[in-house]
Amino acid sequence: MKATPLVDDKVLVPVAKRSWKKIIKKQRYLLLMVITFVIWILIFRYVPLWGWIMAFQNYKPWLPITQQEWVGLRFFKEIFQDPHFYRAMKNTLGMSFLGLVVGFPLPIILALLLNELRALRFKRTVQTISYLPYFVSWVVVASIVFRMLSPTEGIVNQILLSLKLIDRPIAFMGEPKYFWWIVVLATVWKDLGWNSIIFLAAISGIDPQLYEAATIDGAGRFRKMWHVTLPGISPTIIVLLVMSIGHLINIGFERQFLLRTGPTRDVAEVIDLYILTYGLGAGRFSFGTAAGVFKSVVSLALLTFANWVSKKTTGYRVI
Amino acid sequence: METTFASRMRRRTQRKPLNKGDIIFNVFNYSVMILLVVVTLYPFLHVLAVSLNDPYDAMRGGITVYPRKFTLVNYIETLNYSQIPWATLITLLRTFFGTLTSLVSTAMVAYVISRRDFFARKFVTILFIITMYVGGGLIPDYMLMRHLGLLNNFLVYILPPLINPFNVIVMRSYMDSNIPDELPESAMVDGASDFLIFRKIVMPLCKPVLAVIGLFIAVGQWNSWFDTYIYCSGNPNLTTLQFELQKILTSAAASSTIDYYSTHDPHRAMKVTPESLRMAMTIIVTLPIILVYPFIQRYFVHGLTIGAIKG
Repeated sequence: MKATPLVDDKVLVPVAKRSWKKIIKKQRYLLLMVITFVIWILIFRYVPLWGWIMAFQNYKPWLPITQQEWVGLRFFKEIFQDPHFYRAMKNTLGMSFLGLVVGFPLPIILALLLNELRALRFKRTVQTISYLPYFVSWVVVASIVFRMLSPTEGIVNQILLSLKLIDRPIAFMGEPKYFWWIVVLATVWKDLGWNSIIFLAAISGIDPQLYEAATIDGAGRFRKMWHVTLPGISPTIIVLLVMSIGHLINIGFERQFLLRTGPTRDVAEVIDLYILTYGLGAGRFSFGTAAGVFKSVVSLALLTFANWVSKKTTGYRVI
Repeated sequence: METTFASRMRRRTQRKPLNKGDIIFNVFNYSVMILLVVVTLYPFLHVLAVSLNDPYDAMRGGITVYPRKFTLVNYIETLNYSQIPWATLITLLRTFFGTLTSLVSTAMVAYVISRRDFFARKFVTILFIITMYVGGGLIPDYMLMRHLGLLNNFLVYILPPLINPFNVIVMRSYMDSNIPDELPESAMVDGASDFLIFRKIVMPLCKPVLAVIGLFIAVGQWNSWFDTYIYCSGNPNLTTLQFELQKILTSAAASSTIDYYSTHDPHRAMKVTPESLRMAMTIIVTLPIILVYPFIQRYFVHGLTIGAIKG
């Protein structure tokens, strides 16, 4: 490196003189403040990544790392021959997709409707109440869902019975055909209000003069919603949509774990539950890790693709 | 000024013509909003009502949002069940210490990477950001905890979730836009060390963002159950409230509670039903969230604008 002077405020210091030793001595407190957490992240976030090698070994917990037997792609082959794995993929993508189709437009609609409210106190009250379920745990939500859908005491059955839509209570939680819908609708109930915030923020960023101009041009409420509000928030919509597509496989397992019952186990088994049951639960560590590695790789590919799409269409990066 | 004037004008011009379509729309809109409020609140109120109702009377059904035959027996029996006071203590401890350590750690990392002159700034930033997109997964994480001796250990509630990179980024953005570079520089000229600057200048200026992130971390700690399930189910002394509720929910734990009573104290077993116990537990677990909710509510609009700076 040439000794080109580095402009540091008003003082000119030759680069050669700023040796590592000096820098480290000068910034020792900064270094001390962060070094513990660098070690922490290496242990707690990077060592598990290194644990991916288990997927290529026939890992036996009682043997030291150096004596593990290498098996190449054996466990990946086993996974792709396992019908349960395809079922888990189907459940994961199916529930994700249903969640996207049902759950994505609703917060946008809610934000548009909230934006049309002129009574500000009423608006604020509705908002406050609608955010509340976001803050309670999935365990609580699951407990509430079981109660609401109970065939004996649940209000959903009571309403359906009194409307004469059914003649006999339905045991919703025990019917596989309802399970995906229950997961998706419970998620909507929990997150709808919270997810509308980002769209409300985007709406509040729209230039009021656009509305004014539209009014002068004789646009009514709906035309203003359609021609001003929606185009104004469409970059936000596209970025969030692309991001959700990037996360299609990262569905998690909490909801499915908590809401499943004996009869619905097969339709509840998403990829992480598959790993939990057939990997960790059965003591097949390498097999489970291989499934996890596969999921991570697909997830990264999806995210990269989503990022590329977002950059092409809106110019925003999501990663 | 101009925008406020313009928006006032807009409001005035919009308020004048209230034609038929507008009226129909308003009726529709307000109905949707009231429906949303009812659908959100009814389940909570219903669970509260059942938990305050006589368990056997509740089995007759028909309870809506107020108890028909008021009693506190469900709560008394839940709190008397040996696991619950202990689980409450553990939950409080993990929430308190987990939030405290996490907040301090997050702030330190955020400050260091907000310092443009720090020599390893880019390296540390990238190190944290990568973990937002890729993680080891269930089994490698579990094996790590086992090797570190964190299975059935209280520290498993504190150490693994110590820093969420997303919070670091949010806090750094806040520091970037709220702490002028000249402030630490002038303090440094006066001979203050970087740590002193962090403690005496940066932290006080970051109170709003610390409040928001602290509340979110606390809610996360209070609400988590899976770490107890996977790492600590072998040690009943480390049980948490959420985990106890999850046990009641997904297994026959509620009836085993009743069984516990019927073997130890047959008289008490008669007093409650599994369902009434579950409802009381649900309320006990939710109550603190509802109590801190007004604070979150106040701060999170702020949190949103902090996030918005990031873009």
